[in-house]
Amino acid sequence: MARRDAAAAVGRVLRRLGPLAAEPPTRGTPRTRYESADRAVSSCRRSHWLPGLQRPLCGPRADAGAYEGQRGASRACQVQRRAFGSAATATHIQRNPAYSELSSDDVSYFKSVLGETGVVLDADRVAVANVDWMGKYRGASQLLLLPKSTAEVSKILSYCNTRRLAVVPQGGNTGLVGGSVPVYDEVIVGLAGMDKIISFDNVNGILTCEAGCVLENLSTFVENEGFIMPLDLGAKGSCHIGGNISTNAGGLRFIRYGSLHGNVLGLEVVLADGTILDMLTTLRKDNTGYDLKHLFIGSEGSLGIVTKVSVLTPAKLPSTNVAFLSCNDYTSCQKLLLAARRSLGGILSAFEFMDHHCIDLAMRHLEGVQNPLPASPYKFYVLIETTGSDESYDKTKLEAFLLRSMEDGLVADGVIAQDISQASNFWRIREGISEASVKVGAVYKYDLSIPVEKLYDIVEEMRCRLGDSVEVLGYGHLGDGNLHLNILSSKYDDNTLAQIEPFVYEWTSKQRGSISAEHGLGLMKAEKIHYSKSPEAVQLMASIKKLLDPNSILNPYKVLPQSIL
Amino acid sequence: MKILVAVKRVVDYAVKVRVRPDRTGVETANVKMSMNPFCEIAVEEALRLREAGAAAEVVAATVGPAQSADTLRTALAMGADRAVHVLHDPDPARPLLPLAVAKILRAVALQEKPGLVILGKQAIDDDCNQTGQMLAGLLQWPQGTFASKVVLDKEKQKATVEREVDGGIETLCLDLPAVITTDLRLNQPRYATLPNIMKAKSKVIKKVTPEELSVDIRSDMEVIEVNEPPKRKAGVVLSSVDELLDKLKNEARVL
Repeated sequence: MARRDAAAAVGRVLRRLGPLAAEPPTRGTPRTRYESADRAVSSCRRSHWLPGLQRPLCGPRADAGAYEGQRGASRACQVQRRAFGSAATATHIQRNPAYSELSSDDVSYFKSVLGETGVVLDADRVAVANVDWMGKYRGASQLLLLPKSTAEVSKILSYCNTRRLAVVPQGGNTGLVGGSVPVYDEVIVGLAGMDKIISFDNVNGILTCEAGCVLENLSTFVENEGFIMPLDLGAKGSCHIGGNISTNAGGLRFIRYGSLHGNVLGLEVVLADGTILDMLTTLRKDNTGYDLKHLFIGSEGSLGIVTKVSVLTPAKLPSTNVAFLSCNDYTSCQKLLLAARRSLGGILSAFEFMDHHCIDLAMRHLEGVQNPLPASPYKFYVLIETTGSDESYDKTKLEAFLLRSMEDGLVADGVIAQDISQASNFWRIREGISEASVKVGAVYKYDLSIPVEKLYDIVEEMRCRLGDSVEVLGYGHLGDGNLHLNILSSKYDDNTLAQIEPFVYEWTSKQRGSISAEHGLGLMKAEKIHYSKSPEAVQLMASIKKLLDPNSILNPYKVLPQSIL
Repeated sequence: MKILVAVKRVVDYAVKVRVRPDRTGVETANVKMSMNPFCEIAVEEALRLREAGAAAEVVAATVGPAQSADTLRTALAMGADRAVHVLHDPDPARPLLPLAVAKILRAVALQEKPGLVILGKQAIDDDCNQTGQMLAGLLQWPQGTFASKVVLDKEKQKATVEREVDGGIETLCLDLPAVITTDLRLNQPRYATLPNIMKAKSKVIKKVTPEELSVDIRSDMEVIEVNEPPKRKAGVVLSSVDELLDKLKNEARVL
């Protein structure tokens, strides 16, 4: 009892839960900023009147439970466009008239396949699936399907392909680029019902499971077997492994275990026409022909729906040490990274950096979080984690490295976690930045891969460019050359957006960086792909898309520019 | 004035404890061990009293195997001045009980002659909540248990201790030397900073044995078996209110 008592009341028990697990803040709740005074104007400007649908089928005001499929087909719907994000692009994207509209016959068919419980028409539940967790992207789907098996997914897609009904595959809906929610009235196929663990090979550490398993549940499961998932990210309490794979999620263990392209051993995917593509092998080595599974890792559901996965899980090592450090300038952070790679070598498992704006924000908006280095404000903070097999050896090594770095002036100050709860507190700060930034109001999120030496330049340039009206945060996985550039403002507006885009993309392109390191392109950056990929490459991607999904029913308007499809 | 703080090395409270297959106790091999959270609060309080000028020196003490030195290092890295390590290799069948620990701490206190002894109210491994009280009894010193606030008056040699009791706060005034045990809301312990970790490396840990302190730690209690609590049965999802009423009436018989 005292164990729990201590944990709760001291307030240091904050486990590394994902933002949604810790507090489900934004999903499906009416966003008051959409109700602002200029709403009438902006919604008029951005409204699209769609033939065939009449009343708003989503959003806060939709009547609960009243599905009017019979008449729905002959109605018109005012789709409330999102107030931000791809505001610029949204005005260019029209609903593709090639897609059919949902009819009552379609609903009856889905009910015959999935049963009553697998077909969700309840406006409130559908509304939740229509909005991404930041409340930034809002679709107008009327229907959420919850298949329980690969066969059901196959039947759904086969039917939708024949009927030309557009489909959005949805996992935990924690994406940051609008890839997981509908744009117009696409049918949402949620994988949450496919959450079974199929097998675990506890000799080789190979996990086979369905796509709808929540990452944290898998983590807990494999940890009990003495292994860990090769990826870990802030949203782990909500995100699905299928979504992680479809977006090729990076996260916090990337520096040690690498990309999902290396850790995914096999996939089962349902193609647009309902074909079940069984690539669910558990082999480490398999050079027979083209390795097709890689096409589906990171294609954001635009080529097929991932239904089962097999993942290689590394052994869980007993000793984890976490240090939270401050540096006086960005150059020190870089030098520290190099020094850490040299001195800590194999045990280094995370190297995260945050500027002081992030720390201020986290302290303001995250409950129960204490700044480990409150004494004097530093410009940069670094979180280093080591994972190894010998507690005292690893700790000695880390301590020696940090003390040396301090003598060399790379580290200004620092703390080393003495127990797990302190370590969790450090991680809570890093992982909570995303959650905290949403609480400010509007967040313009950019996820860039930039050569490490130039990585922080864009943050400073942005600060000069945008002035004091907004807050510019720079943080990310320094070890992977991945910057999260967040620009916080009280509300979304087109002027701010015009100041940021396309400047940020052009700048990144000039450095030969990537405009999407780990978040994907989704809806937000579908039209921006050319900043990071050559025309020839984009053209080949379009050919692959046309080959696998000739009717373009899978996750439309996303990943690739509309013009080339 | 000197403050003596007792600290204990326990399985980290974020770790899910498992019973050893032979049922003699809980698994501690390859398990993360840390300082008992209540002891961390005790160390923090002692450091704050020293920083406020009410004490000159903070001495951390522990009873345990060689690895317990890590816990003392943590106390030293937090800021304690030096440490006393009473070496004792645990025997799962004959655990060191609070009375034995209190006797050892009494011997340490008689050597160190502190003006105040601060302990955690209990350790999260055995949840005994006895050591502080027994120590006060053996020393015949006044005690303030479950302290949520401590104020020292150096001149009058008195400690004012607030305790959270049912329905309010009880305030005690103790003559020094005294024994205080800490509750959760007393303070929030600090982190070990790099400069302090560096300094801690050169601080002294004095090693003694119970024999050298002339303490008899024989115990007349034996642990026969340790079992996990029974697993909770999975719940059921009911389809209607009527079904719920039916179950409450006929199965649970609570209506």
